[in-house]
Amino acid sequence: MSTPKTPLNKSGDDLVASYYDLHEHAHPDGYSTNLGFWIYLMSDCLIFAMLFATFGVLGGNYAGGEGPKTLFNLPLVALNTSMLLFSSITYGFSMIAMQSGKKNATLIWLFVTLLFGLAFLTIELTEFHELIESGNGPQRSAFLSSFFTLVGTHGLHVTFGSIWLVTLMVQVGRFGLTAANQRRLQCLSLFWHFLDVVWIGVFTFVYLMGTLR
Amino acid sequence: MLLEAPSTHSHWTPLLGRLGFDALPTEPIVMVTFAGVALGGIALVAALTYFKLWGYLWKEWFTSVDHKKIGVMYMVLGLVMFLRGFADALMIRSQQALAFGGSDGYLNSHHFDQVFTAHGVIMIFFVAMPFVTGLMNYVVPLQIGARDVSFPFLNNFSFWMTVGGAVLVMASLFIGEFARTGWLAYPPLSGLAYSPDVGVDYYIWSLQVAGVGTTLSGVNLIATILKLRAPGMTLMRMPVFTWTALVTNVLIVAAFPVLTVVLALLGLDRTFHTDFFTNDFGGSAMLYVNLIWIWGHPEVYILVLPVFGVFSEVTATFCSKRLFGYTSMVYATLVIGILSYLVWLHHFFTMGSGASVNSFFGITTMVISIPTGAKLFNWLFTMYRGRIRFELPMMWTIAFMLTFTIGGMTGVMMAVPAADFVLHNSVFLIAHFHNVIIGGVVFGVFAAINYWWPKAFGFKLNVFWGKVQFWCWVVGFWLAFTPLYMLGLMGVTRRMRVFDHSFDDLRIYYIVAMLGALLIAAGIGAMLLQFAISIWKREEYKDVSGDPWDGRTLEWATSSPPPEYNFAFTPIVHDLDAFADMKKAGVPRPTSGFADIHMPRGTWAGVVLAGLATGIGFALIWQVWWAAIAGFAVLVATAIFHTFNYDRSYHIHAAHIAQVEDQRTAQLAALSKEGAAA
Repeated sequence: MSTPKTPLNKSGDDLVASYYDLHEHAHPDGYSTNLGFWIYLMSDCLIFAMLFATFGVLGGNYAGGEGPKTLFNLPLVALNTSMLLFSSITYGFSMIAMQSGKKNATLIWLFVTLLFGLAFLTIELTEFHELIESGNGPQRSAFLSSFFTLVGTHGLHVTFGSIWLVTLMVQVGRFGLTAANQRRLQCLSLFWHFLDVVWIGVFTFVYLMGTLR
Repeated sequence: MLLEAPSTHSHWTPLLGRLGFDALPTEPIVMVTFAGVALGGIALVAALTYFKLWGYLWKEWFTSVDHKKIGVMYMVLGLVMFLRGFADALMIRSQQALAFGGSDGYLNSHHFDQVFTAHGVIMIFFVAMPFVTGLMNYVVPLQIGARDVSFPFLNNFSFWMTVGGAVLVMASLFIGEFARTGWLAYPPLSGLAYSPDVGVDYYIWSLQVAGVGTTLSGVNLIATILKLRAPGMTLMRMPVFTWTALVTNVLIVAAFPVLTVVLALLGLDRTFHTDFFTNDFGGSAMLYVNLIWIWGHPEVYILVLPVFGVFSEVTATFCSKRLFGYTSMVYATLVIGILSYLVWLHHFFTMGSGASVNSFFGITTMVISIPTGAKLFNWLFTMYRGRIRFELPMMWTIAFMLTFTIGGMTGVMMAVPAADFVLHNSVFLIAHFHNVIIGGVVFGVFAAINYWWPKAFGFKLNVFWGKVQFWCWVVGFWLAFTPLYMLGLMGVTRRMRVFDHSFDDLRIYYIVAMLGALLIAAGIGAMLLQFAISIWKREEYKDVSGDPWDGRTLEWATSSPPPEYNFAFTPIVHDLDAFADMKKAGVPRPTSGFADIHMPRGTWAGVVLAGLATGIGFALIWQVWWAAIAGFAVLVATAIFHTFNYDRSYHIHAAHIAQVEDQRTAQLAALSKEGAAA
């Protein structure tokens, strides 16, 4: 990257060669993808930060309704957390398989990841369903509005991650572990682990500390 | 259960949601506008069809991923919306000049409230944003010696999402109504209880659709600047405009998600009856005000930083010397970027946060004037002992320096919380922010258009009409806003529709302001004339050199307009002002040995995906749930289908490049022969 500051004392062809890249190699495909995806993830992170902040401000406003202590079913949430954590481990296994070029192992671990992701979503929807059925839906209080929105936004992300995961399974199955597909798997990997980190925040901040409130 | 119609709307049907014939305009003014726009639109479509231009537009522009074409399309969008936004401004000014002494003016409150809301929303989101995004898109890759942006398809998609947002705002004029809440739509006024109609929903969804585009465009340009600079261009050798673009895009990525969240929460309140910002059930309207200004304050710096970059380039070029204090300029930009996140509360000192909080935000606000002042001194010192050429871009720069400084000072006045309690929500504030946005952003965009137009199209702009535009704008601006400063100091509040007899003495101020607005209108007319005449006489104004202003940065090193690959060979950078350095060293232009160039391929996906997103937005506004759900399913399916296309690039063959470059070699030879003969 670093080139001498003073113009070289050259003339003609030498001068051209020191000011123009005459034997240029194009940037490979996906040269900026990792950086770009990171920056996108940070913008997504900010979305969660705002939702956490909103929960921080409104999370104590029960409006005469029930609070976290009576509403949250911690053992169920702990089980749910483990589903997501396991899915991150299995995604890691899939990436290891990808690194060593094992297409089938990659696909199998991706499938296992998907199962854990779906289990997580099922448990979350069960929890939401029970809350709404008992009259504690998002319209009940500002606390529940912010709770459903924060947790639901995370759930929506997991849903889209799962759709993306299925897409990539089809693409890897059809086209193999090409450079483009490896890059895509890497992006989804970042996304999936990012959702894990956000969930750890949700579990701690919303569920555990909420129950202590 | 969630998908039931809100009880406030009796006429919701599953098929059409809230849509019905009553959504069509009934007010004469809107009906005439509707007819005019409809006829104009039909004429345009007919003309494009008659001249068989649809295929050309689709192939060469709409589906293009070339950053230069996307940049030009952003500018066109900004210009079109500027005319709409300015029409709103004239309506506000004339209503306020008329509605005195018992007169009701000509706009009823239902209409007037939409007009001032639409004026603000359009001017910020669909005029200023497309203009600065367009400039960054066009100029940054050229300045850093790149062939395109990092993610060319994403760039195309971002543009069409911005268009989608603009389309929704325009649709609200004719189908239903726009928000009547002011441009930031504070609850509880914007909540369901006080704004049950579709206006605020139009506001929310147009900004959400456009906001996705803006955020992704920010991601794209950051990656471009960090990854695709020419060899040798270290960060501290980047042109100042590229630096300001980098900081601006960091601000975009760090601010727009906040807007996305706060509008989503307002949308949830309105559509699903949640309680984020309601008066009851534990909601907090002030949370909304805080969140939206955490986006809103950085937003004004998102607009103004790139034009600071423009003025830096223009000043250095037209003073024919290196910018004074480059390093301090870069650090000033960074400091402004950081400080812009620490001042948001000065927009609502009157909230009652107490003296300590208000003092903190008052002081941080005043601190911003230090790096901004450093910039002004850098421009002045660049001019000092420079060989100043008073071309149009330089004239705009000087007008900016005078105007913006005064706007900055009235800003510091309001940064004093005690003073703000008097000035809050008065027309003094209106005068202040128009002073910095017109005097800063708009003047900067005009400087940039006059500066880079020859690069984009290969011919200069007409100077006479440019000067007419200049003087109309500068004089018109002061005529329009000085009265508002005075009225504001007297305590007149903003957004007034009628003035009763106690205001009779003040009418003259509004009449003067109206005259100023008319003068600005003449300035806009002169600009359009300038464009038309310049295009008409483009052979006369032709610039073959590619470097009409004796420029200093790399965009001037290539032809005007640049070939689609920008540079036949990527330049190697040895110094700041890389092209000035090359000219000094007498580097000849390479004329042989061309190789194939790898370029991204155009795609239909951006237009289609953004079109679907706009349709979904429309369905959500009118609560046509089946269409929104179906549209979303199609959107996801289309996006997935697009990912199955792995063939996204092609090579421009060396033979073709040689042909293009040989032509340019011949042109340049003819030019130097002419020069020798003269």
